[in-house]
Amino acid sequence: MRRVEVAIIGSGPAGLAAAKPLLDAGAKVLMIDRSDMLGGQLTKQTHMFFGSEKQHASKRGIDILKLMVDEIQYHENLTVLTETTVVGLYQDRVISCVKHDEYFKIQADYILVASGASEKSLPFENNDLPGVYAAGAVQTLMNVYGVKPGERVLMIGSGNIGLIVSYQLMQAGVEVPMLLEAADTIGGYLVHASKIRRLGVDIRTNMSVKRAIGKASVEAAEIWRLDKHWQGIPGTEEIVPCDTICLSVGLAPLTELLQQAGADIKYVRELGGNVPIINKKYQTSLENVYTCGDVAGIEEASSAMISGEIAGLEIARSAGYKIDNIDQHISRLHDDLTNLRNGPHGEKIRIGLEKVGVK
Amino acid sequence: MDPKNVIICRCSDVTLEDLLELFKEGYSTFEELKRIKRVGMGPCQANTCGKMVQWEIAKYFNKPLEEVPFHNMRPFTMGVKLKSIKEQADEE
Repeated sequence: MRRVEVAIIGSGPAGLAAAKPLLDAGAKVLMIDRSDMLGGQLTKQTHMFFGSEKQHASKRGIDILKLMVDEIQYHENLTVLTETTVVGLYQDRVISCVKHDEYFKIQADYILVASGASEKSLPFENNDLPGVYAAGAVQTLMNVYGVKPGERVLMIGSGNIGLIVSYQLMQAGVEVPMLLEAADTIGGYLVHASKIRRLGVDIRTNMSVKRAIGKASVEAAEIWRLDKHWQGIPGTEEIVPCDTICLSVGLAPLTELLQQAGADIKYVRELGGNVPIINKKYQTSLENVYTCGDVAGIEEASSAMISGEIAGLEIARSAGYKIDNIDQHISRLHDDLTNLRNGPHGEKIRIGLEKVGVK
Repeated sequence: MDPKNVIICRCSDVTLEDLLELFKEGYSTFEELKRIKRVGMGPCQANTCGKMVQWEIAKYFNKPLEEVPFHNMRPFTMGVKLKSIKEQADEE
């Protein structure tokens, strides 16, 4: 069996940020991603980032990706496996992979699970009609492959992804007549919401989709008002003509590999679902298995980068590499995380982390 | 809303009506539903339907989501051809 020192599963912002300090310290790193390109969700993020300059604020996601990849891609200690899916993780730190149809196993001294998140879906009538998309799929089609998903999109969900994708659709010449939010307030940043409202998007709170209408594909959506228990109120239905219903109803941490190996997991709704129990070093309950980014709790790309850098530094230290001023460096990164989670938008995350009991 | 037109699990074609019938019969955990209806056992391994199943259980049995256990996860995360596994085993 092939042996590696550190295997990083996932090459999104968290995995990429973790690789850098490990390689700088002298560790040998294997980076595995199921896509044909590195970068995870950054590959489709054409919008400019918020946050602080240290995490590349005001640069576009796709440009941040180039910077991060440039920093590591020619490093002699880095091996990259793309188009490779990790299908199994075992307690003895063996991972099993599939690349095309080839199946193989790898033994790693350290494993960093940076597998990200999956998109949540929504139960409504005819939710399997062609034309019902998740927002991530819309971004992939439009921003990676240059394909319009439709001509007239009803957006469901007012988190930052729903707001940003609405704007990107309009930039691509697609109509977005309406955006529905089940809660009573807009979930994402008001600056994004104001921007699309100025462009004419009718943002409605306490509303959701009841039914997709159409024969072979979506021709319209029936929407309705929700009560405070998020149940539809009969008699409030309206018909919205559209050919696409785009679901942006949240993300769930992709913990399946950690759960397979028996890591301690807890359901924390504020962090998107099941999350691994971790400590401040981003160690899981499994020996020498670390985790970072959205799989440890849904936040956004800037915090994923910081958590990745911390995890990378902690693994390097645990593996015996000497790094100058590592304590100060890590404590600065924790301060950066605290700053990002300040304010009303970070409240959910702060409550969630308290439930995980991160020490 | 007609529950027979609401797809919960796309991989195994399980509708909301299927789930509600099983709830009525007394099946109340994800593990049971999985064994009886194959919900969450297809290519996506419950990554799309899992949260909806959990939500429907919570709603029907009037429990907080925190008290609805998720299903057990085992390798593999997706389909792997037996031929591929055999070839690897032969090499070993």
